[in-house]
Amino acid sequence: MAEPQLHRLTLPNGLRVVLAPDDAPGRAPVVGVSVHYDVGFRSEPEGRTGFAHLFEHLMFQGSESLEKLAHFRHVQGSGGIFNGSTHQDYTDYFQVLPSAALERALFLEADRMRAPKLTEENLRNQVDVVKEEIRLNVLNRPYGGFPWILLPPVLYGTFANAHNGYGDFTDLEEATVDDCAAFFDTFYAPGNAVLTITGDLDVEQTTELVHRHFGDVPARAVRERPSFAEPFPERELRGHHADPHAPLPAVAIGHRLPDPVGELDAYLANVVLAAVLTDGDASRLQQRMVYRDQLVVDVHAGCGLMGAPLDARDPDTFTFTAIHTPEVGADRVVGAIDEELDALASSGPTAEELSRVTARWTAGLHRENDRVVSRTLDLGSAELVHGKAELISELPRRISEVTVEHVAEAAKALRPDARAVLELEPAGSDSADSAGGTA
Amino acid sequence: MTAAHRTAEEIGRTEAGPRPLPPLGEPRSSQPPATVDTVLGNGLRVVAARHGAVPMVELRLRIPFAGEDTMHPARAEVLAETLLTGTSTRDRVRFDTDLAAVGGDLQSVVTPEQLSITGDALADGLPTLLDVLADALTDAVYPDTEVAGEKDRLVERLAVARSQPRVIAREALQRHRYGDHPFVREVPEAENVARVDSAEVRTLHQESVLPRGSVLVLVGDFDPDTVVAQVERALSGWSSQNSAEKLPALPTLDGGDVQLVHREGAVQSQIRLSAQGLPRTDPGYAALQIANLTFGGYFSSRLVENIREDKGYTYGAHSAFEFTRDNGTILVDADTASEVTAAALWETRYELGRFALVPPTGTEIESARQYAIGSLLTSTASQTGLASQLASLAVLGLGMDWLAAHPDRLRQVTGEQIAEAARYYAPTAFTGVVVGDAEKLLPHLNDIGGVVVG
Repeated sequence: MAEPQLHRLTLPNGLRVVLAPDDAPGRAPVVGVSVHYDVGFRSEPEGRTGFAHLFEHLMFQGSESLEKLAHFRHVQGSGGIFNGSTHQDYTDYFQVLPSAALERALFLEADRMRAPKLTEENLRNQVDVVKEEIRLNVLNRPYGGFPWILLPPVLYGTFANAHNGYGDFTDLEEATVDDCAAFFDTFYAPGNAVLTITGDLDVEQTTELVHRHFGDVPARAVRERPSFAEPFPERELRGHHADPHAPLPAVAIGHRLPDPVGELDAYLANVVLAAVLTDGDASRLQQRMVYRDQLVVDVHAGCGLMGAPLDARDPDTFTFTAIHTPEVGADRVVGAIDEELDALASSGPTAEELSRVTARWTAGLHRENDRVVSRTLDLGSAELVHGKAELISELPRRISEVTVEHVAEAAKALRPDARAVLELEPAGSDSADSAGGTA
Repeated sequence: MTAAHRTAEEIGRTEAGPRPLPPLGEPRSSQPPATVDTVLGNGLRVVAARHGAVPMVELRLRIPFAGEDTMHPARAEVLAETLLTGTSTRDRVRFDTDLAAVGGDLQSVVTPEQLSITGDALADGLPTLLDVLADALTDAVYPDTEVAGEKDRLVERLAVARSQPRVIAREALQRHRYGDHPFVREVPEAENVARVDSAEVRTLHQESVLPRGSVLVLVGDFDPDTVVAQVERALSGWSSQNSAEKLPALPTLDGGDVQLVHREGAVQSQIRLSAQGLPRTDPGYAALQIANLTFGGYFSSRLVENIREDKGYTYGAHSAFEFTRDNGTILVDADTASEVTAAALWETRYELGRFALVPPTGTEIESARQYAIGSLLTSTASQTGLASQLASLAVLGLGMDWLAAHPDRLRQVTGEQIAEAARYYAPTAFTGVVVGDAEKLLPHLNDIGGVVVG
């Protein structure tokens, strides 16, 4: 595949920079700019659940040079789009704009890295906004937070790995401006961030602009990142969750994965395993559980809690989720998954199964790469988490090198006696047959 | 965290002080992609555009698929779910395996207006993608076992769908604004799905999956002329003298009371308002588009700045258009905690009134204009983005020419035209629904008025 030519620099204040000019003919005059900070919800202090995400909201609320709301207006008034998101191990901010607005985007990112305005009024306002976000995505929604909020407290034992990254309302309400100041000084130093710029850009000119805008953001000490490692479970762990809005029961299974950074090839074998199990109508679990035995409404297997593989450092989670009918019961669902894992552990996938996974992965990466926003974010997170933005273009080859034996090994390692099983039970006054049908 | 950190005041201040915003550089225009837009012998319109830097191809097929029969939505849903599960030469697994071999995917979904088939593949896999598509279009057999299985799953999935607040709100809004027009039947009734048999699905396919009046969009790394010839060959067996069935015209939307719909156990409400807008083909559309952005169509809008950034009532508020053939409506939505729902509805109505009466300023207009032009550029910079954009335009009878000329249309819109368009936002022009916990909502909604219990 066409590999973007990467250019790197590191500023004296420690900011790492990745430039990926798009030299393809007919490219659109568009640039993507992202900043990934090496802090996610695993780093938030105890008693401050949801703080990393709340802080992400505050980074849009004005700076020394720009009043509240100005950031949004300047990005959109330049024809651009923006957003930010908080993950286990990082928080990202991005903009995609016509290339004529590149310098403006760099100014905006540098300005809030240098001197954001953290005020009581903005904090209280954004606590309210975040609570609405949580009501929208979790509390008022069937299967809200399933499995990314609900499964970790069953599988993991430490606060860092087990707590709710969206946050408890009490913790959010008790957050203070001084907590924000401490969080900023600890984690938002230039030496703790990666700036990524992709698309229609000139390397020399862009390098000059990066120095001009980010050069005088003062260096600050970067604290050594603690390890979030914890031992694998020594038995099967069970959890239950009552969902007041769900019409049907569901089950999630979580397994520990090999270290995504230190044991990348073993991790990728799990990525292939997940695809063999549930990607496409011909995959093993779709065939068996959806079409043949009709045990579930849908079933999904994948690496990572946030919906994508290679998004976090160790420890990371292999997840299964399935929505099923009450008659079937969670044990039959789990039992069917176990049988298919056993079959793969003893004989591995067929050569055809492997080649279909490789072809679909290659195509999927091409499509991701074609979108400036995903290209920018993928390069940035790969540089931050893996120290290696090139990983993105190496993936199709590395996926194609995964063998039948590797996948069998991966299936064998997903042991029933070292996993977490979460059962979600409908608990509302709504029953499956009346759920809003005539609302 | 560090014990000794700066205070928030110290963080927000530097020695050099505030800095000026850099100016924008010279805008660079891009060439519209090489495109062929033609109608094949079987009546199918094909739009093929060379675009993008990756060796992929994106496919979008849109078949008008309306039906008056009350059983139509259920039959159509089962058809969409089983279209790719069997022909005389392929079963479900063969479909998936053949597509996977070229990194491909095909999916079909149905709405009251159309059957959509969406796909992609590695560019050199296009012949396979077209072959699989042609096979389904001309030879789908709807095996009894597949139809029976999908019916069972659909009944369960409909229950899951109808537990989603946004689905409940959408159904309530559709019924409230359009009564029993076929456009409201977006989610079939479970008992109707249970009654569908495979013979009916086969008949529906024969009568309604038709090339005449349909449009196929292909975008990718290819030569458009060659691709059109490939399509002509691959789909030569797909033919009929009849035309695909178009949705009957929608009645013009009038303003009226908002209907309160109770949802047990809700901690948040869905506010959904709607008014008549303009079709995309209308000469006034560009002015309405800029007006809409200013009102609530993007983040830097009056509605978002009021009810999210000032008052914290919502995570997101939006004002958007919904286009059907020859018609366009305005949809305004926000989800808010039960405690602040009435206040949020009040502020939304206030902003609607202010918008109709106090036209957008020059600064508001220029920001929205740049956003409209720039976001069109960024959204069509990828193959997937361009393909989806062309497909939505194609069903309205538009094509690449319209898309390429649209930035200039946006540049030429005047303040007077926008002030005129803003009158579409008069609060009296809107109707809608609020879905939430009626017990908590009703006292305050009664206080502000204009709300009836549904």
